[in-house]
Amino acid sequence: MNFEWLARQSDYILGLVGWHIVLAVTPLILGLLIALPIGLLAHRKRIVYTPIIGTAGLLYTVPSLALFVLLPQVLGTRILDPLNIIVALTVYTVALLVRVVTDALASVPEETIQAATAMGYRGWQRFLLVELPVGIPVISAGMRVAAVSNVSLVSIAALLGIPQIGSLFTQGFQLRFYTPIIAGIILCLVLALVLDGIIMFITRRLTPWTPKVVTS
Amino acid sequence: MIDYLTDPAHWTGKDGIWMLLAEHLLYSFIALIVACAIAIPLGLYIGYTRKGQFLVAGLANALRALPTVGLLILMVMIISPFFASRLAFVIPSLIVLVLLAVPPILTSTYAGIMAVDASAVDAAKGMGFRPMRVLTQVQIPCATPLILSGIRSSLLQIISTATVAAYISLGGLGRLLIDGRAQNDYGQMAAGAVLVAALALVFELGLGYLTKRVVSPGLSRRTVKERRRETVGVPVPA
Repeated sequence: MNFEWLARQSDYILGLVGWHIVLAVTPLILGLLIALPIGLLAHRKRIVYTPIIGTAGLLYTVPSLALFVLLPQVLGTRILDPLNIIVALTVYTVALLVRVVTDALASVPEETIQAATAMGYRGWQRFLLVELPVGIPVISAGMRVAAVSNVSLVSIAALLGIPQIGSLFTQGFQLRFYTPIIAGIILCLVLALVLDGIIMFITRRLTPWTPKVVTS
Repeated sequence: MIDYLTDPAHWTGKDGIWMLLAEHLLYSFIALIVACAIAIPLGLYIGYTRKGQFLVAGLANALRALPTVGLLILMVMIISPFFASRLAFVIPSLIVLVLLAVPPILTSTYAGIMAVDASAVDAAKGMGFRPMRVLTQVQIPCATPLILSGIRSSLLQIISTATVAAYISLGGLGRLLIDGRAQNDYGQMAAGAVLVAALALVFELGLGYLTKRVVSPGLSRRTVKERRRETVGVPVPA
């Protein structure tokens, strides 16, 4: 490891980390917002369950590099536009979370729903104040998977030349220089760990009724 | 893109699409077979003895966070000086592909063995089956759907990552993407992307169909299990 090089390049590396966070976190939040209504629909209407879950599964099979390349044609953007990465990862996040949201809503005990109904909760009120909060632990587990895989997937965009932590890998390869590669791998791992920690922290704040045990 | 795909000159020859497709499939299957040879016996052992599952589960999660591109490039730089020929790129790529493919198969195999209905195992023991026969004739058939879904997500991961490996000079369909990028030929890149996506979809659907055919119809609780099973090994794109 050449720490002198790292110190000299710290501004540049910090910029890459910033881009990486934007490219990984924006799709996570957008994905959750889009997956919630679709997941709710799949949960409520049995007829659309299979097509929605099936489509989500198939979207997930498309390799990311292929998706990054194909999106410009669909969106009318340019190949180097970071928007392609955000849209591609949002697609993956939605594909993952739709199933998770349905599972989360299905995990709400029938007695809880009956109790809420008896207390006068109806329709949207019951969904927002009872079903969704009770399903948070399951949704959170899915968000953790999505967050960690997004961090790793963003780095693939470096092969197209979109700047983020992955740029350190291509740079190291061109220069035959280990330092940026190792630094990049460590930064990706740390970023994934931090995002995972933030999601767990938020989950604990949102679900104060769950026992405070450290899982995983 | 359409122009690129419909030009017959792009399909034949040493760098033609058919050749790249064959290379892609060759690397993918070698990696898959090696990964299965490592992960299935190990998964059966962990599932049967119930030892070391936390260690393996933790390892599988940690691997998910590792950036594929970084790992691949690091491997090539470390290993390639030891090989003179084209193997300098093939061997490190295969190592990374196997490394990424082992965790899904491993976790789904031991989860599958452990999820086998205890009463079925007891019944087999009661009928005088020896442990090895319980494993091969009861537990493995019951765990087949889960094992196959692990193999399915591994294969998809391999197909995706083999695409990325073109960056470090590996052959396969990823060449179209990487060379197209280098030559600013969007048609070539898009053609490669469509072919890779189609390849992944064909395998996803094909293996899905195979799973339905292979699984013993005696496991009639399939519809109930199907939903629980899918949440165990969430496949991750690469």
